[in-house]
Formats: sequence, structure tokens, C-alpha cells
Amino acid sequence: MVELSEKSVQEIHRNIAKYPADQKQAAVMAVLTIVQDETGWLDASAIAQVAQILDMPPIAVQEVATFYNMYNTKPIGAFKLSVCTNLPCELSGGLRAALYLKEKLGIGFNETTPCGTFTLVEGECMGACADAPVALVNNKRMCSWLSNDRIDQLLAELSASQGVSQVAHTSEKTSAMQEFNETKEMGNRA
Amino acid sequence: MSSLHTLHINPLILAGLNGSNWHLADYESRGGYTQLKNILEQKIPPEEVIARVKASGLRGRGGAGFPTGLKWSFMPRQLPGDKYLVCNSDEGEPGTFKDRDILRYNPHALIEGMAIGAYAMGIPVGYNYIHGEIWQEYTIFEQALEEARSAGYLGKQILGSDFSFELHAHHGYGAYICGEETALLESLEGKKGQPRFKPPFPASYGLFGKPTTINNTETFAAVPFLLQVGPEAYLKLGKPNNGGTKIFSISGDVVRPGNYEIPLGTPFAKLLELAGGMRDGIKIKAVIPGGSSAPVIPGEMMMSTDMDYDSISKAGSMLGSGAVIVMNETRCMVKSLLRLSYFYHEESCGQCTPCREGTGWLWRMVNRIEHGQGRLEDLEMLGDVAGNIMGRTICALGDAAAMPVRGMLKHYMSEFEYHVEHKKCLVPEYV
Repeated sequence: MVELSEKSVQEIHRNIAKYPADQKQAAVMAVLTIVQDETGWLDASAIAQVAQILDMPPIAVQEVATFYNMYNTKPIGAFKLSVCTNLPCELSGGLRAALYLKEKLGIGFNETTPCGTFTLVEGECMGACADAPVALVNNKRMCSWLSNDRIDQLLAELSASQGVSQVAHTSEKTSAMQEFNETKEMGNRA
Repeated sequence: MSSLHTLHINPLILAGLNGSNWHLADYESRGGYTQLKNILEQKIPPEEVIARVKASGLRGRGGAGFPTGLKWSFMPRQLPGDKYLVCNSDEGEPGTFKDRDILRYNPHALIEGMAIGAYAMGIPVGYNYIHGEIWQEYTIFEQALEEARSAGYLGKQILGSDFSFELHAHHGYGAYICGEETALLESLEGKKGQPRFKPPFPASYGLFGKPTTINNTETFAAVPFLLQVGPEAYLKLGKPNNGGTKIFSISGDVVRPGNYEIPLGTPFAKLLELAGGMRDGIKIKAVIPGGSSAPVIPGEMMMSTDMDYDSISKAGSMLGSGAVIVMNETRCMVKSLLRLSYFYHEESCGQCTPCREGTGWLWRMVNRIEHGQGRLEDLEMLGDVAGNIMGRTICALGDAAAMPVRGMLKHYMSEFEYHVEHKKCLVPEYV
């Protein structure tokens, strides 16, 4: 169990108050979000804590945490970058931005840099297609029009805030391509 | 910034916005909240409000295009006990980004529209379910709610009348399916967002098992404006059976992707012109006119089609949420379908077998065709699988996954055949 900040506790109460008194469970998405912001990811004890706050069975909380893809149910880096590669974004450079991030960070989707600073994930439509390419930083900060230059700036800013002197090593260009080919293979099982 | 320009035609919801004038005082200076005040001061009967909404020809802006006034009349307003009003701002259909701009640039229009709806249907409590990915807009909307409460437009005995209405914001956290109204209700109750079988419809068994009306953000936001200009004038802005203006989100290969509020029935060619025409002057190939689940329409056909529910339907697709995805002639249709198929596979909630298994099957087939490992029989199989998903699932996600496949096969079969025969894509990777 983590000791939640005063602000988080207040936010939790404010959210519970939005729903009828006998429907506390309705606040579960808000409470999971608040707890995740403090803990980084939702381990079994975080789930149990949310269950206790809302008088829910832990399994019901776990179901919610695993159903919605912005909850982190595995350890992640300090910054989770979710890049949208859906069709409207792809038409305006979404794949290019994703590939550039993979190269710069030397990781593929659902991987974390060895220094623990960045986790890269493929996001689904964020409802901001005119601003493509788009990525979210830790679910809450939306970054738009991600040219390679803007990606460089973003990574430098985030690294600096973590005290990491340099963005993780740049890998060989081929590794990202290779990963792309591997995902292709997955589709050939049917 | 996608709505902050002067290229709209007869805009109502997006008129005069600059990105910072979303606060209560700004909205009031644009004439905001006068409709709610009028209704309460003149004690206009709720039935009369619903009659005006019906007369305006307003149809649901979320995708289904259901007549709003008719939906409002389904609410059993005399029934004692709890009732709920829900706004669907869970905007996650690829290509759609209009509700986000209402939430951040004109949130009070939505609040006023919901308050008027609540009055008309005798509902004391409402929730606005906001897409989890747009956190900044969620916080802006919460601030707008606070402003409205302090000014007495929300809460108990609004503006000294005997009408009370509480409104709260609720956020999603990454599930496309929650845009489906009954999945949204499940999610709002704190559960997995798995759609409910209908009937019973939300009007009789909705949120927490109580009568509930659900409308899209743009639908609610249009209500104060249609009352302001008058139902007949609003109807005349558009076309018969397609009243008013509509916000179109245009994305893809155009010069200025963004939101354009234009009268329903405006020719597509005009909309494309507003968006600056085709990017780099490359010829138009195809348009997905109503969000990723709408069947694709060839560019030439689209250039002679109007943007309203009935015209798009006649062209063989649907207006949906008004998300217009434009593709130029360098685009590979197999690759495009591959990305869409992956999306539906990823976002299927897993409840119904035809959708859970079928979306994965479609994706794997399109994937191998795109990568030169397709078989000729796959082409027929794609149509078969899509046909066996359609109409065999609890909600419309199954149909949404199947329709793009059918549209692509109908208009671009030769590209699929080329991939199978030549074992490669026409377009290089990453283009």
C-alpha cells in the first residue's frame, strides 16, 4: 500500500462524490488513474488499495485495470510515450514518427530503455487526427505535429527532467526495421 | 487549433472562437445561456422544447444520425425516481476530432445544451463521459462546470426556478468500445466496457438501471443555437431531413486538416476546397466519409456527392461522425485496410465470438496479402468473414470492422489481386 498524497486523497473523495452514494464503484476509473499517477503502475497492492477504498472485490478492480489500455499493469519507464499509428495519423507521418522514436530510443513497442527512462507503446486513436503525428506522454500530455526535430526536443526535455545526460543510445537503423518485419510475421499464422 | 480559423460556412458552435474565449463570461457575451434563461423565465413547457428540437431536424451527430427530438420524447419524464442524462464525448473513431474542440473551445455550449435537455426530459443528474486520451480537455470541461455551478446555471433551483440539474465529468481511459452507448454506461458504472444487449434500451434501463438518454457532444452543443436561430431557420440551414450545420473533421492528404462547420448538404468538393485542397497537389484517390468504419468511396464519386446523411448513404457509405479521411493516389488500399483491421481487432471487447475471432481473422488475412503471402482464396474469404460478422454481434463494432473490408473489396479489388499475384505491395514501406 502506498501512502497517497493529501491532494490525491482529496481528488479521490471529489470523484466518489460525483456518483450516487450506493454506486461508489463508478469512481473506479478515476481512482485507478489517481493511484497510477502516484505509483507509476498498478501492481497487486495498488489494485487491493483501490478495492479497499471503493469497497469492491479486488478482481473487479483488476478487470477494469486490464480492460482499459491506458492503465499500466506492468512496470514501465519514467515516461510512457504512446504514439498513434492509426490510419489518419499514418497518412500524416504517424509511422515515420514511431519509427524515428524506435531508432532514437533503440527499443521497439512495449519495451523500456535500459536506463528506465522511456517506454514506447503504440496507441490507438486519440481523437486529434488533424494534429498528426501525435503522442501522449504519461497519458496526460499530448504532443502534436511530431516532426523529427520536435521528437528530438521532446526527448531532450524529458531526459533532462530525469537528470539523464543524454537520450538513450541510438541503435542501428536495422533493428527497428527488423522488429517491423517480425510483427508482419505474426500475421501469417492464419 | 484545428477549429480556430474563419473558413467555416454559417458556423454556430464554432463561431467566433479563438482558443482562449471559452470561459463563462465569453460565452455569455456571445449570447450564451440566454436560451436556458428564456425557457426557465417564460416557463416554456418541456413538451414545447422537445417539439422545437424535433422541428429543427437535428439528427444525432455521434454517428447514427437518429432524430434527436424523437429520442428525447422516449424518456418517460413523468416516471418517478432517478433518471440520467449522459453525454458521449468518448470520441475515438479514427478520423474524428470535433468533440474535443467543443470541449476545449466552447464547453459552455455543451453545458447549456445538456441543461436544456435535462429540463425537457425531467432529468436531475447528468454525466459527460470524456475520451481518456484528451486529459487537458477533461480539465477544461471540469473548470467550465465549476464556472456554471458558481453562476447558478447548474445545481439546485437553477436561476431561481424549481428546475435542478447536477452535471459531472467522467473520463474514460483507453477503450474505443466505450463510444458505444451501452458500453459507455457499463464503463460509467465502473465496469469493463462491454456492450449490453438491446432491448431494453437505455430510455427504460440505462445508467444504474434507470431511464437514461445519451447524446453526442455536438448534438447537445447544437441545441442552444437551434433555439436561438429558431427551429425553422436551423432546418433551412441544411437540407430537408438533414437540418442545421455539422462539424466535419477532415484529415489525411489535404493541405489544412481540421474541423470545418458547414451546413449539411454542402458539396464535398467545397469542403475539400476549404481544407486547402489536396496536399502537394496530388490527385485524390479515395475518401472515407464518416469515420474509419464507413465504407470507402472513390474520389471521383465523392467529388459529386454532398455532405449530408442521405446523400452519403446514397453513395454507398455513411456520414457517421463526420470524419472525412482523404487519401491521394499514392496510397495503397491494402495497407490502409490493414491498419484499420488491426484497430478493430485490437479494440474488439471480446464478448461476441464473431467479432472477437472474426476481427483477428480479417487482420491476419489482410496482413498476409499486404506482405505478399496472400492466397487467391483469401479474397473471397475476406468477404465471407466480413459477411459473417455483420449483424451477428451485440453491438455495432462488428459491423464497423466488416464494413471497411466490404467497401475496399468493392472498389479496389484489383489492388488486392495485384498483391496476391505479384507477391508485393505497389507502394514501398513507410510511405
